[in-house]
Amino acid sequence: MSNETKPAVEMRGITKRFGEVLANDCINLAIPAASIHAIIGENGAGKSTIMNILYGFYSADEGEIFVDGDQRSINSPREAIALGLGMVHQHFMLVETLTVTENIILGAEPTTGIAIDYKKARARVREISEQYGLKINPDARIADLSVGQQQRVEILKTLYRGARLLILDEPTAVLTPQEVHEMFAILRGLKAQGKTIIIITHKLAEVLALSDHITVMRDGKVVGQLATPDATAEKLASLMVGREVLLRVEKAPAQPAATTLEVKDLALTDKQGHAALSAVSLVVRSGEILGIAGVEGNGQTELIEILAGLRAPSAGEVLLQEKNINKLDARQRKQLGVAHIPEDRHRRGLLLPFDLASNSILGVHRNAPISGAILLNQKFIAERANRLVQEYDVRPPNIALAAKSLSGGNQQKLIVAREMDIKPNLILVSQPTRGVDIGAIEFIHKKIIEYRDNGAAVLLVSAELDEILSLSDRVIVMYDGRIVGEVDPKTVTEEAIGLMMTGGK
Amino acid sequence: MKDSSPSNSPSPFLPFSLSPLRELLFPLIAVVAAFLVGGIIVWMVGDSPLLVYELFFSSVFGSLDGIGYTLFYATPLIFTGLAVAVAFKCGLLNIGAEGQLTMAAFATAWVGLTLPHTNPYLVTLLAMMAAVVVGGLWSGIPGVLKAKFGAHEVITTIMMNFIAVGIVTYLTQYYYKRQGDPILETLPIAELKDGALVGPHLPRMHALLAPLGINFPERLPLNIAFLLALLMCVLVYVFLWKTKWGYELRAVGISGTAAEYGGISITRNIILAMLISGGLAGMVGINEVLGYRYRYYDGFSASYGFTGIAVALLGRNHPVGVFFAALLFGALNRSSLFIDIFTDNVSKDWVVILQAIIILFVACEAVFRGGAKRLLGGKV
Ligand SMILES: Nc1ncnc2c1ncn2[C@@H]1O[C@H](COP(=O)(O)OP(=O)(O)OP(=O)(O)O)[C@@H](O)[C@H]1O
Ligand SMILES: [Mg+2]
Repeated sequence: MSNETKPAVEMRGITKRFGEVLANDCINLAIPAASIHAIIGENGAGKSTIMNILYGFYSADEGEIFVDGDQRSINSPREAIALGLGMVHQHFMLVETLTVTENIILGAEPTTGIAIDYKKARARVREISEQYGLKINPDARIADLSVGQQQRVEILKTLYRGARLLILDEPTAVLTPQEVHEMFAILRGLKAQGKTIIIITHKLAEVLALSDHITVMRDGKVVGQLATPDATAEKLASLMVGREVLLRVEKAPAQPAATTLEVKDLALTDKQGHAALSAVSLVVRSGEILGIAGVEGNGQTELIEILAGLRAPSAGEVLLQEKNINKLDARQRKQLGVAHIPEDRHRRGLLLPFDLASNSILGVHRNAPISGAILLNQKFIAERANRLVQEYDVRPPNIALAAKSLSGGNQQKLIVAREMDIKPNLILVSQPTRGVDIGAIEFIHKKIIEYRDNGAAVLLVSAELDEILSLSDRVIVMYDGRIVGEVDPKTVTEEAIGLMMTGGK
Repeated sequence: MKDSSPSNSPSPFLPFSLSPLRELLFPLIAVVAAFLVGGIIVWMVGDSPLLVYELFFSSVFGSLDGIGYTLFYATPLIFTGLAVAVAFKCGLLNIGAEGQLTMAAFATAWVGLTLPHTNPYLVTLLAMMAAVVVGGLWSGIPGVLKAKFGAHEVITTIMMNFIAVGIVTYLTQYYYKRQGDPILETLPIAELKDGALVGPHLPRMHALLAPLGINFPERLPLNIAFLLALLMCVLVYVFLWKTKWGYELRAVGISGTAAEYGGISITRNIILAMLISGGLAGMVGINEVLGYRYRYYDGFSASYGFTGIAVALLGRNHPVGVFFAALLFGALNRSSLFIDIFTDNVSKDWVVILQAIIILFVACEAVFRGGAKRLLGGKV
């Protein structure tokens, strides 16, 4: 690395407050050019904040930013783009109905006179896509692309606008393992062609495999900076959390009792006649965790939503403790002790502009004593919310904050707290630790096991094979809307299960 | 999304975490700025802005008459402002308050004309109920169409406005008009006999305040409906922020998918919100028919339904805000005549321009707050 003397970007003494929350506390950060730099840290450590400051979304209260050695004040993303910075957010900003090229030129239209020079743009998009191996068709409609492809469009967009430094905020949280591999290859290719990359992630294995340097943040401060060859997962974990963390799940053998959930021949056919689920039958007993392995989009979402009462099946039966609950809606099922931790916390799990207290009652808001005959019991709700926030370590522990101002992991903890508080018989869990830091993962895993040990039946869906295999007592594999087999999580090899997940039998 | 612009939104749940000052700031700036721009307009047409401001304040605050008329003009706007606000909290834009209040006013008069007046109090009560029910039904229909078939409420409520005017005009013209009356209005439901009003009606403020020893001018049309409007502000607030139903309604307004997850029926709440919205709009009929003119008079509404949208916007869809916004608009109405008469070149329309400027400024807020960033960054 010849450029090591002059970092691509350097941030000095950056401090940022949100009200009373000190999100960044005198952060120093130097990113060598043409390297991959990982930023890791617990939820709410301030990772997104520092990057948003670099990208001009937020302005720092104190501190200086140097780009290619020159001090700059970056007041808007537009200025950041002009300096060669690009950012890909966890939630994409693409217009579904437009094509790739149209999305990419949106806001930066090339013109000949006053007309948009679409042809030129298209050629350029194709050129960039080929140069960096992104494999994106410039004419494809966004709605037709997979999540992984959409993410590559986002990267293409930044490159199109001349980015030399790319910031990726949790790029792999939404990707399948296969897509993660492709993504890494692309990022390495970008580095080889001289681009600098900053990546925020919670996955230590990815950090170790991909990055050159690592910055660890905790409570708004930088608590460690090291070169990747010097790092181990354990070392990073304890730096992040400030104590030793269990990276492996510890649990006693399951002691399954009576059947809690029985699913018989469930099928779901959409309007186009495509079968999202066919002949799905399974049993989850009290005191066990049944994991569903599978590449995302093979019917898991539909299955969980049917079980939670959010969708009606085309055929089949759902029995909870031997009673048919097919006709019950989401709230009635919750009443019977069905907790649901949804895969998409923004779409399903939270009312983002509402405060934590209001969010802590979603789904149980009609139950006494949360609500009387007419009026909500505000005092009880506040007390209960405060208790949940304490018990589940939601930070910051202020129930009057809007849910959207919490970091992703803390939002998830709030949802878990709310769902576990109903003392569930059956817990439907989808991607419980997506975008969640290792400390919180450990905590959420412990809670799931604790409830299992108290006799709850748990149905777990996760795109993380590790999570499925380490947490589940039994594992079934779903492919194309069917259950293609059951494996023993203690003995199965990744290759064997991987093959089943991709339909290879 | 989780990294979206700093969240300054008020807590929807706990009233004490509402930051009222910040919420008030922008509407206040909008109003002050509008008055300044309005002043410039006055100066440009060759009159004195100071005189116009002076006329505004003296006509509103200078006398009991001023206050009485201001409150009277504000009354329908409180109802329609609340109507728009409630629908908005459920994520709906009720453009049809105008049609709802037209139908409701006619229904109010119809009850008074049709039922025997043996017990005028009972008829009054029934007429009031008719206003609420008919108003509610008239927006309940778009509510059902939206909830069951996804028909956009903006389109359907506008259509319902036209239908309402057609029906009411027809019925008035051919069935309920006094023979040979050149004015399009129904027969009266209450009439003055020996100095006393006989027939179903609501007492005016004069009658209410007299026993307390306050001499409120009798000729002022301000009546009990104003107190009803105040009561509705309180009820709407309690409903939206203190009850489980209000919680559900607002949840649907925020996110249908999350509400569904919480076992909240989107369908039911859309219909409920539209029923309540229409019921509130319908109460304008109570003020107009039972409190003021004692008949259905075609064209009585000075676009109350549409102005209600502006009132809700300025009042940030909060009952307290709606109340003050309605007062402001009522005051502008009251002063318009005086400004017209006592200036050389400024006409009544100045007030309309001012209202428009206020709305323009309020609407600009979105641009100032989030929009600017969105435009710059391409980030939604
Ligand atoms: N817009 C905002 N308004 C108020 N507080 C905020 C805002 N954005 C972030 N915060 C707070 O600042 C702190 C740092 O948040 P940040 O989003 O940077 O965390 P993070 O490290 O990215 O976490 P995660 O891994 O969960 O995404 C948190 O306590 C968060 O609640
Ligand atoms: Mg983040």
